[in-house]
Amino acid sequence: MKTPVQFRLNDQPVAVFVDGGDNLLTALRDGVGDVTPKFGCGQGACGACTVIVEGEPRLACITLAEACEGARVETLAGLRRGPDLHPLQSAFMEHFAAQCGFCTPGMIMAAKALLDRNPRPSREEVVEAIAGNICRCTGYEPIIEAILAAAASARRY
Amino acid sequence: MPITVKTTATFAEAADLVAGNRAARFLGGGTLLMRDVNEGSVAFETLVRTTEPARAIRTAGSRIEIGAAVTIAQIQAERDLAFLHGAARLIGGPAVRAAGTVGGNLFAPSPYGDLATALLALDGVATLQQGASRREMPLGDLFAQRGRDLRGVVVSVSILRPESADAFRFRKVSRVKPKGAAVLTIAAHLPTSGGRIGKARVAYGAMAPTPIRARAVERALEGRSLDRDGVAAALAAAAEGTDPADDAIASAWYRREVAPVYLRRLLLNEPD
Ligand SMILES: Cc1cc2nc3c(=O)[nH]c(=O)nc-3n(C[C@H](O)[C@H](O)[C@H](O)COP(=O)(O)OP(=O)(O)OC[C@H]3O[C@@H](n4cnc5c(N)ncnc54)[C@H](O)[C@@H]3O)c2cc1C
Ligand code: FES
Ligand code: FES
Repeated sequence: MKTPVQFRLNDQPVAVFVDGGDNLLTALRDGVGDVTPKFGCGQGACGACTVIVEGEPRLACITLAEACEGARVETLAGLRRGPDLHPLQSAFMEHFAAQCGFCTPGMIMAAKALLDRNPRPSREEVVEAIAGNICRCTGYEPIIEAILAAAASARRY
Repeated sequence: MPITVKTTATFAEAADLVAGNRAARFLGGGTLLMRDVNEGSVAFETLVRTTEPARAIRTAGSRIEIGAAVTIAQIQAERDLAFLHGAARLIGGPAVRAAGTVGGNLFAPSPYGDLATALLALDGVATLQQGASRREMPLGDLFAQRGRDLRGVVVSVSILRPESADAFRFRKVSRVKPKGAAVLTIAAHLPTSGGRIGKARVAYGAMAPTPIRARAVERALEGRSLDRDGVAAALAAAAEGTDPADDAIASAWYRREVAPVYLRRLLLNEPD
């Protein structure tokens, strides 16, 4: 039996039908068609599916879609502003913080959740914010540098 | 197999649904249950949730009551629970902490259950919804019954407020820092007067299928002082009564072997 779920995705109202037990990642990718959150492990272990729900970082793969009824959900797709990149996206480019790019949407959303609350984080706070996100390529340093650089650049969040 | 999700308005209705159905599970933040759902677990077919709020944190005299739906992240943000911040910070990453609840941590299989271990050392007492009524159950009893015939849904947990910042201590030993699963976890409430330990409560996580009290250690600490001589008997009894698992994190042998080392560091406030 399909159940309707409505929530706000990147400031737009969306409605999807989900199967019982569907997670938010499935609802976003297969239901809404927003494929910016990635499926890595489906076990809460890699962070590739990180989105922001009600201002908090959440792992979409272990979040019950039905529990998001009425919630504010943000994904990487919401960072797009016409031709302009979000400061985090620019900083990731400038600091070579993406190689294969699979972890990048999750990293950027984990970073955004941090900067939304704490616009000038310390290096330690940045490391802590991405502690649940695995990157197999970069060795993390460029990602940490990029997030710190984004925080130091224009405050356009 | 598709899962059925049932959303109830009250804990009482949720407790009824869980009690009447062995294939039903109460859903907290879902950080563990949703993993099973994604894996296609056949252990359950119904998830029961409630919209009744349980996210309050209330101080009443020497105790603090924490709602079952309070998240680990909420604990980190709560000034009255500063003594639990060290334990909360070591659970998962920020996204796991934003979803994972206190209630769920009480049922998290070993080596998880770090917060539950802290709550056990703080004389935690759960309020359990069974049918239409609520009863109190000390966490030690809840852990003993967990996985066997415990039916009901936890609504809140009441804990002792430590008498001083130094009276409550917590250590989690993990290979990946800060968020790895535990080799072992130790939590202790050590009230002292005139330099002597009064009623000590010491709890281990990952040293048995559920968090357990280290009763031999507690007995050996009573009336002693927190110095090398005073803790010697407790360290000798460190592994007594434990039943750790061999898992991907550590062998049972290793866990028993390092328990006295970390217990000493905790008792003497030595760095890791
Ligand atoms: C990547 C990752 C890292 C993790 N790291 C840690 C860690 O370091 N330390 C740690 O302790 N845990 C860790 N966990 C496990 C888990 O996130 C926590 O234990 C969390 O507190 C579980 O809570 P939940 O609300 O998400 O539980 P759920 O998944 O909702 O439920 C877990 C179990 O508890 C039962 N339950 C939930 N709420 C109640 C209630 N109110 N009454 C009765 N039964 C209930 C459920 O039926 C189920 O059996 C980790 C998980 C992940 C995915
Ligand atoms: S896909 Fe969600 S954490 Fe890996
Ligand atoms: S860039 Fe490849 S996983 Fe991070």
